[in-house]
Amino acid sequence: MCADQLPRTDTSRRRAIEIFLGGGILASLASFLYPVLRYFVPPAVVDLGGDEVVAAKSVEMKPNSGKIFRFGSRPGLLIMNSDGTYRALSATCTHLGCTVQYRPDLREIWCACHNGTYDLNGRNISGPPPRPLDVFDVHVRGDEIVVNRKREA
Amino acid sequence: MAMLQINLRRFRSARALALVGFLVFAPCLGYGQDVNSCLDCHSAQPGRLEVTPEKFSQDIHAQKGLTCVSCHGGDATSYDPAQAMSRKAGWKGKIDRKQVPQLCGSCHSNPTFMKQYNPSLRTDQLDQYHTSMHGKRLAAGDTKVAVCTDCHSVHDLRPPSDPRSTVNPVNVAKTCSRCHSDASYMKQYGIPTDQFEHYSTSVHHDAMVVRGDLSAPTCTTCHGNHGAVPPGVDKVQNVCANCHTFQAQMYQQSTHSKAFEKASLPGCVVCHSNHGIHMPSDEMLGTGPTGVCMRCHTPGDRCDRARVAIQGNLTQLDGAIKDADAALRLAESAGMEVSEARLSQDQARDALTKARVTIHSFQTALVNQDIQAGMKIAAANQKAGKDAMVERNHRRIGLGICLIAIAMMLVGLWLYIKKLES
Amino acid sequence: MFAAIIRWLDERLKLEGLIAPLRHKTVPTHRLSYWYFFGGITLFLFIIQVLTGILLLLYYRPGANEAFESVQYIMTRVQFGWLIRSIHSWSANLMIFTAFVHMFSVVFLKAYRKPRELTWITGVILLFLVMGFGFSGYLLPWNTLAFFATKVGTEIAGQVPFIGKPIMIFLRGGEEVTGATLTRFFGFHVAVLPGIVTVLIAIHLFLVQRQGMSIPPKLEARWNAHPSEKREMRLFPNFLLRELMAWYVAMGALGALAALFPWTLGVKADPFISAPAGIKPEWYFLFMFQTLKLIPSKVWIIDGEVLGVLGCSLAGLLWLLLPFFESDKAPRTKVWITGLTVFALVYVIGMTVYGYVAN
Repeated sequence: MCADQLPRTDTSRRRAIEIFLGGGILASLASFLYPVLRYFVPPAVVDLGGDEVVAAKSVEMKPNSGKIFRFGSRPGLLIMNSDGTYRALSATCTHLGCTVQYRPDLREIWCACHNGTYDLNGRNISGPPPRPLDVFDVHVRGDEIVVNRKREA
Repeated sequence: MAMLQINLRRFRSARALALVGFLVFAPCLGYGQDVNSCLDCHSAQPGRLEVTPEKFSQDIHAQKGLTCVSCHGGDATSYDPAQAMSRKAGWKGKIDRKQVPQLCGSCHSNPTFMKQYNPSLRTDQLDQYHTSMHGKRLAAGDTKVAVCTDCHSVHDLRPPSDPRSTVNPVNVAKTCSRCHSDASYMKQYGIPTDQFEHYSTSVHHDAMVVRGDLSAPTCTTCHGNHGAVPPGVDKVQNVCANCHTFQAQMYQQSTHSKAFEKASLPGCVVCHSNHGIHMPSDEMLGTGPTGVCMRCHTPGDRCDRARVAIQGNLTQLDGAIKDADAALRLAESAGMEVSEARLSQDQARDALTKARVTIHSFQTALVNQDIQAGMKIAAANQKAGKDAMVERNHRRIGLGICLIAIAMMLVGLWLYIKKLES
Repeated sequence: MFAAIIRWLDERLKLEGLIAPLRHKTVPTHRLSYWYFFGGITLFLFIIQVLTGILLLLYYRPGANEAFESVQYIMTRVQFGWLIRSIHSWSANLMIFTAFVHMFSVVFLKAYRKPRELTWITGVILLFLVMGFGFSGYLLPWNTLAFFATKVGTEIAGQVPFIGKPIMIFLRGGEEVTGATLTRFFGFHVAVLPGIVTVLIAIHLFLVQRQGMSIPPKLEARWNAHPSEKREMRLFPNFLLRELMAWYVAMGALGALAALFPWTLGVKADPFISAPAGIKPEWYFLFMFQTLKLIPSKVWIIDGEVLGVLGCSLAGLLWLLLPFFESDKAPRTKVWITGLTVFALVYVIGMTVYGYVAN
C-alpha cells in the first residue's frame, strides 16, 4: 500500500465525517430547538378560552341598550338595564338559531326571524321558541364588563 | 204453632223471591253508579250506532264524569230500550246537526260551569263559530258545513294537546281536508279543493309534521279555528306579519304595498302563494319557472334592472360563502385548525339571510348594505382557509428541512461507526 | 473543543471512574440482535413524552371549563403548539407500540428467564403503567370521544367484584365522569404516574446494565460449546451510537407524522348528550374491549362482563409471572409456553384488527 494513499483517504474520510456529524448535530439540534424556543414565547392574544370574555367596555354601554358580543363559538347578548345593572345571555334563538336582539322599546329580547320573544331572564314568552335562552354571569372588572359561563357544579 | 208455620211458609216464598231478585239485580250493586246500559247495548250495535266502552273511555268528557245521558238524555240504568230511550226520561236521540253547536255551547259557553273543570279554557267558541263561514251557513240552513263534532270528533273526543286528537296542530290540516279536499262534497260551493294538496308541499307543513315544530302555521293559524273565515285580500299580510314581522314591515313601506292594494292583489300571496308556500330561493328573482317578478314587470324597465342587480348580489354572496366553505374544508382535510373561521361563517350566512329579508323593501341599496357586510366576513374566512393552506405548506417545508438535518446526522453517525469499526 | 469540555468535567467528577466499567460492557451480535434496540427506542419516546408534556403544561389548563379551549389555544395560537401537541399524541401511541414490540421480542428471545425475572416483572408493570398514561392522558383534551371512552373504560373497571365500585369511584373522583375526573386524571398523568414510572425505569435499566443482554437459548448453548463463535460489540460507543441512529429515525418519524397527520381536536365534551354510536377505546385497549364484547351477557350464573374483567386480570397476572412457569427441570413446559406466547401475540393482533373492522 502506498504511503501517501492512506493519509489522503483518511483525511478526506475524516472531513466527510466531521461535516456530516458536526453539521448533522448542529442542524438537527437547531431544527429541534427552534420550534421549542418559539413555543416559549406567549402569543399576542392571551385568549382566556371560551369560558370568560370581555364583552364590552363600561363606557360603550348606555342604559336600556343591548350589544352582541362573541362568546367562544356563539354570539352572546349583553344588556345594560336602565338602573345600570348588566345582564348577559346566549343570543342564539332556540327556535331555528337566528341571532336575537334587545328591544329597548319593549324591554324584551326579540328574534327577527319569526317574531319570538324572551323576557330579560331568557324565558321564552311568546312565539315559536321552545326553550329559554342560556343566562351567563356578568360582572364588572375595572372598566371592562366580563361575561362568564355559569360554573359547572 | 200451626199459625206460625203458615206464616213462615208465606215468608219462605217471599224470601225465595227476594233471593232470586237479588241474584238477578246483584250485578247492578257491583257497578253502583257505573251502570251504563247505553254502552252495554251500543257496543254491540253495527256501524254508526257502535260506541264501545274502550272508545268512550278515551273521551275527555267521560274522563271528567259526563255520560251518554249528559248529552243524549235518557235512562242509563235501564236495559229496557223503551225505558232507556224514552222521551219521558229526556231522551234526545241522535242530536240533529243544526242543534250540535247549541248543545256543546250549553256547557262550553258557560264560564261559571267550565271553571269547575278547567278555568283557563276559553268560552267564546260558540260566539266565534257564529261569525265563521261554517256558522253563518249553518244558520242559513246548510247542514253540510262543519259543526263541533265534525272537527273535534265525538265519543272519543280528546283535548287538543293530545297528539291523537283530530284538532292537535299536527292533525288539523288533515281534519280540515276531510271536507275541503273532497271535490264532490264541495262542488256546490265553488271554492278550490286543492289547499291541502298544496299545503302538504309547503315549508310550513314540513316544519310542523316533519320537524315537529308545533309553532308552525296550519289551517287554523291563518284562518282561525272556531271563527274560521278566509282572510280578506287586504288582510293577508297582517296574518303573515304575525310571524314574519320584518318582511311585513319592509313590504309595508315599499312601493309594492300600495300598488298591490290598489290592484286588489293579496299582498304576500302574490309571490309566495297561500297554501303551497315553498322555501323561497334566489331563483324567485330570476326569469326561470319560479321567477315571480317578470309575471308583472316589463323586461328592460327600471324594476327589471333592479331585480337583476339584487339577484346578482345575492348570488355573489352565496357564492362567496360557498367558496369560503370549500377553502375551509380543504384546510381541515389537510389537518389544519380552522374552527374559528368555520364559526364566523355562521355570521356570513346570517348576513345573507338578512339580505334575503331586505328584498321585501324592494330597494337595491338596502339589500346591498347587508350583502356587503356578509361579503366582508366571507372574504375574511376564505382568506383564513387560504392562510391555513399556506401555513400547511410552510410546515411541510419545515419538516423537509428537519428531515434533511436528521438524514445528515444519520449519515454522519454511520460513517463514524464505520470508521470506529474498521 | 469537545475533548476540552470532557477533560474539564473529568477533573472535577472523575468521569473515568464512571465510564470505565461501561467501556468493558459488550452487547452480543447475532441475527436477532436488532430487537435489542426496541427497549432504547421506547425509552427515547418516553423522554420525548416528558419533554413535550412539560411544554404542554405551560399552556394547558385542567378543568372542564377550560381544558378543551386551552388545547384549542395550543393548536391554533401558540407558535408551534400544533407541533408539540401532535408529537405528544403520536409519541404516546408509538411508545405503547414499541413497548409491546419490546415485550414480545423479550418473550420470543426468551430473555425473561432466570436471572432476569425481576427485569421482566418491572417491565410488565411498566407496560401497565404506560397504558395508564395513555388512558389518563386521552381524557385531558376533554372532547366527546375521550369523555365517552373514559366513561366506558371506568365502567368496565367497576365490574370487578367487591372492589370494582370503590376502584371506579376512586378513578372517577365521584359516581360519574365529571370535571373532577379530569382534575384527578391530570394529577395521575403529570405527577403520580411519572414518579412511579421513573423509579421503575431506573430499576429496569439498572438491572439490564447489571446483568447484560440476554442471548436466545439455542445460541447461548452453541456459544457455550464453541466460545470462538461468539460475536460481540462494545456497548460504548458502538452499540450506543447505533441506538442514537435509531433514536434519530424515531425523531424523524415523529416529525413527519406530526406535520403530515396532525392530531385532531374533536368536539368539546357535553355530559348531557347521548354517547355517539361505535364508541371504542384507543387501539391499545381494543383487544380487551373486543374480547369483552364477544363474551355473552351471562355465562352460567356469572355476569359476562365480570367474567371478562376477571379473565383479563387473571391473564395479566399470569403474564406477569411468566418467568416462574418455565424452568429447566421440565423441558416440555418450554414448548407449551412458546405456544401460548405465540397464541397471545396472534390473539392481541387479531382482536385489535377485528375491533377496528367490526365497526
